[in-house]
Amino acid sequence: MGQDKLMLWVICIFAALTAVPLVAILGEVLLRGWDQLSWEFFTEPTPTAYRAMKAIEAGERIPGGIANGIVGTMLMLGMAVAVAVPVGILCGAFLAENGKSRFAQVVSYLTDLLQGTPSVIIGIITYIWVVVPMKGYSAIAGSVALCIMMLPLIVRSTEETLKILPASLKEAGLALGANSARVMLKVQLPAAFGGIFTGVLLAISRVIGETAPLMFTALGCSLVRWSVDKPISAVPLLIWEFFNDPNLQELIWGASLFLLLFVLTLNLTAKYLAKKWNQ
Amino acid sequence: MNDKVYKALLLLTALFMPVICGGVVYALVTDAYDAFEHFGFFRFLTSSEWSYTQGAEKYGALPFITGTLMTTLLALIFCIPFSLPVALFVGEYFKGTRLAAVLGTVTDLLAGIPSIIYGLWGFYTLRPIIMALDISPQGSGVLTASLVLAIMIVPYAASLSAEFIKMVPNDLKEGAYSLGATRAEVVKSVIFPVAGSGIFSSYVLAIGRALGETMTVTMLIGNTNNIPDSITSTGNSMASIIANQFGEADDLRLSSLIAIGLVLFMITAVINMAGKMMIKRARI
Repeated sequence: MGQDKLMLWVICIFAALTAVPLVAILGEVLLRGWDQLSWEFFTEPTPTAYRAMKAIEAGERIPGGIANGIVGTMLMLGMAVAVAVPVGILCGAFLAENGKSRFAQVVSYLTDLLQGTPSVIIGIITYIWVVVPMKGYSAIAGSVALCIMMLPLIVRSTEETLKILPASLKEAGLALGANSARVMLKVQLPAAFGGIFTGVLLAISRVIGETAPLMFTALGCSLVRWSVDKPISAVPLLIWEFFNDPNLQELIWGASLFLLLFVLTLNLTAKYLAKKWNQ
Repeated sequence: MNDKVYKALLLLTALFMPVICGGVVYALVTDAYDAFEHFGFFRFLTSSEWSYTQGAEKYGALPFITGTLMTTLLALIFCIPFSLPVALFVGEYFKGTRLAAVLGTVTDLLAGIPSIIYGLWGFYTLRPIIMALDISPQGSGVLTASLVLAIMIVPYAASLSAEFIKMVPNDLKEGAYSLGATRAEVVKSVIFPVAGSGIFSSYVLAIGRALGETMTVTMLIGNTNNIPDSITSTGNSMASIIANQFGEADDLRLSSLIAIGLVLFMITAVINMAGKMMIKRARI
């Protein structure tokens, strides 16, 4: 009996310990970042190291914020979503409809392969594919990298959601004389909307914090920019910049707090919606 | 929409995957070719020199392969004592309860934290602790990177293991209980043998994640181009050397970095495929 109790306690204690890093990280980012959040932090671009140094010397708050990163992240994410969502859904539909064929199995394996590929390698690839031919870093290159990373996630969630729909749904549509395109568009996809939407939200939350693939593709830029063929910043890239520049280190925490809250909210929303739509 | 057009459209989008993956391999191989030709494939992998003095450039991947294997292995060792209890908590002891849902959310959120924020936390919180404990003078190094990596892979290993633990048939457990087994005995002699291969495969996939983790390791491993001679010394992993030097590299160094990327790609591909295959087998 003693052994039984001991095991239960060990499991409870160690399981509870895994919450410690979450609380510690959230707490630290919140405590150190909260003071930095202000209206200017979201509307002003990053200050130069010189201006930041002057402000530190004068004992003032570092001017500026992360507007350039927010705009860059949104722009690149928007372009990536615009391509990855339709392609991912169609590819997922292909896998769900032809699951048994040889080719579909190959595609399925390759989806796993791409999903497991380290993000830094996606960065190298996009550098070779996009940055070299375009002769420069650009928002397009960054969005290609994000798109490649999102694609397998959306394919998988679409495939899995379509596969768990009852077969009778599709058969009823076909029996009414609709062709499979119409059944997919009007019956299966609407029925699977919840699962697919959650999948897209999770895919976004997965790539929005990615830094490594953007370092060799979007590069970063201290101006607020809307052009797609020039270097551009992103919030995680800014955190990396602040981390490496002693003058800007104070800005790390505000930017991290913004990124963390954004990602975790997206995550929780997706989980909540998934639960709600499953009932 | 015409049925034929629809089928063709699906096929066309499905072709994206082979095209992207083929393109990844093709681009990595052609751009890594220079380095392999210059140093020889085998010598590139076994040389531990990394010097970019003009005219006497010498690049070898051994320090970074060692760094990656050390951080990954250590992360795995640190991760097991936490992920296994979490999996048992969620999948057996408190299966379906509110507490299990809370712990599930905690691990989900841990999995959602971007790696650069893990890196910051490791740098500003864990590193000073390691220095204060006098484990290593500079604080950063293989050990620091592995500790944070371990936290990062706990959610992956735990949630997948929990799934396999949940799938252990009830009649097996009830059979053991009816023979007078205690819960600890049921875990030891029913759950682990039945779910063992599934649990093992979840750790293989966790290794796959740890191998390619970039930012955390880059911020914590210390970034020195030597073979780490102990777990507290500094080094570089394959991913971190690429993150550190890719932007400033050209010609032979760039090709060498891409060659390291190719090796990393192959290792993660093999590990991930092996893991997925084991999972498929464990599910049947």
